[in-house]
Amino acid sequence: MVLTYTNEIFDINDLNLWYADHHALKSIHFPIIKKEVTAIIGPSGCGKSTFIKTLNLMIKMVPNVKMSGEINYNGKNILNSKMDLVELRKNVGMVFQKGNPFPQSIFDNVAYGPRIHGITKRKHLEEIVIKALMDVALWDEVKDRLNAPALGLSGGQQQRLCIARALATKPDVILMDEPTSALDPISTLAIEELILELKEKYTIVIVTHNMQQAARVSDKTAFFLMGELIELDETSKIFSKPEDERTEGYITGRFG
Amino acid sequence: MTYFRGVIFFMEKLVPAKERLLKSQKNWMNGEVRGKIIVFICAIIMISATIAITIFLGTKGLQSFIKNGVSLIEFLTGKQWNPSDQAKPQYGALPFIFGSFTVTFLAALIAAPLGIGGAIFMTEIAPSWGRKILQPVIELLVGIPSVVYGFIGLTVLVPFIRVHFGGLGFSLLSGMIVLSIMILPTITTIATDAMSSLPKTLREGSYALGATRWQTIRKVLIPAAIPSLLTAIVLGMARAFGEALAVQMVIGNVKTMPHSILDASGTLTTIITLNMGYTTFGSPENNILWSMGLLLLIMSFAFILLIRYLSSRRKI
Repeated sequence: MVLTYTNEIFDINDLNLWYADHHALKSIHFPIIKKEVTAIIGPSGCGKSTFIKTLNLMIKMVPNVKMSGEINYNGKNILNSKMDLVELRKNVGMVFQKGNPFPQSIFDNVAYGPRIHGITKRKHLEEIVIKALMDVALWDEVKDRLNAPALGLSGGQQQRLCIARALATKPDVILMDEPTSALDPISTLAIEELILELKEKYTIVIVTHNMQQAARVSDKTAFFLMGELIELDETSKIFSKPEDERTEGYITGRFG
Repeated sequence: MTYFRGVIFFMEKLVPAKERLLKSQKNWMNGEVRGKIIVFICAIIMISATIAITIFLGTKGLQSFIKNGVSLIEFLTGKQWNPSDQAKPQYGALPFIFGSFTVTFLAALIAAPLGIGGAIFMTEIAPSWGRKILQPVIELLVGIPSVVYGFIGLTVLVPFIRVHFGGLGFSLLSGMIVLSIMILPTITTIATDAMSSLPKTLREGSYALGATRWQTIRKVLIPAAIPSLLTAIVLGMARAFGEALAVQMVIGNVKTMPHSILDASGTLTTIITLNMGYTTFGSPENNILWSMGLLLLIMSFAFILLIRYLSSRRKI
């Protein structure tokens, strides 16, 4: 299966990854299209979290990781050792399983990214923070308490704050690693609606355990199994008539 | 499994429920209560020892003010220390109070950055080999007795300061250096625990936004750990405040107020250890030493309260 697109932001070629001796990703070819939501599904341990962490090289925080192949981001191979991690992560934001705001004020949390990238003017920071909070529909809930500690927010609000924090560095890709797995259904719904809105401006890659979620929010869905990319296609196709029987087995709940 | 169920069934048949309950109560008497009593006694002994020391120190320490008519204000603010003068004894302990505080703060000033720096090195910069080297070094520092610290200070530090900085060598500076090395392990150990107990998600969150390691340490990790780091410093200071032997060997033990860091000085602890042998129990000179002991106890309570307050402010 070879898909070719012209408007891809990530183009991954023959990506292999080892944790010491464990071959965790096996020869992955994976194009990611601009301003689309790409969902990654698969059973636990299939490599989907590992894969998403390679896209902003957060995987480098894990000791004993070896990689080969190419991850072309806007035509530049980020596996090249000269890659500027700061610049990459500024452009490829990430949201984690559980909202992880810093133990600082709401304002400082969102302003953290712009500040470390050199913006110091209060006015400029305020503009960025307000815009980011509006983009995640959190502004109305927190506008009166921007200086309150972020850890006082509810779980769902914390997660939206973390998305705002990621947006504040003006990325063009947002990676989400099971962003709703620790949230209640209502907060989950809010995040999903947010994903559909953010799609207008950002490219989103989301790892999820929840297949309904993948079906609801994504344009493309990829199915990983045992470190291999089994199938990548339009979400509607994956969930109606997948080409591979293993994909079908997984989405119909026969295993995984 | 079926065999086991059978046995239980058999026992239920054989012994009526009432008796089984009574029997289990007996078992409870044997093990539970005995353990409870032992633990209870341990706690009682610890608590009563603390209370007894506090009461004893309180009554002894207050005697010089109540029985011997020493003015509390003179004790806390007077600069003249001459308790053995028969005609006109003077009980101004301010130089020692000042000496104790100064040497403590100066020691913390050196040990805090070193200790916290070491902790960051061990947890953030080189968690594998850094810890392997620094951990035993710190444990070794803890194990060295204070008399050895004092001896080294006396033989190496005091002459060095005399030659290179002037003065007698016996000085606040020597005391502060010796003390800072002695409290370094306390600060480093607690600071290391504080840093390594920070959740991994904080680091990830910062790195994922493109922060460098130093930015992450300075802007996320240290602010998040600050209440615990302050606790580490205060605990180190409490140790420094109470340390007597090593300080006594290098600080000079004079009765006058130090005017520079190179001047000899005295602290509450060193004056107690030096003079307790020469005074008779119950005499005013002896009682005033107890008052200084009481002051040390009050200070350690103050340090404990401060630590309690700081840890209640911990955010994570």
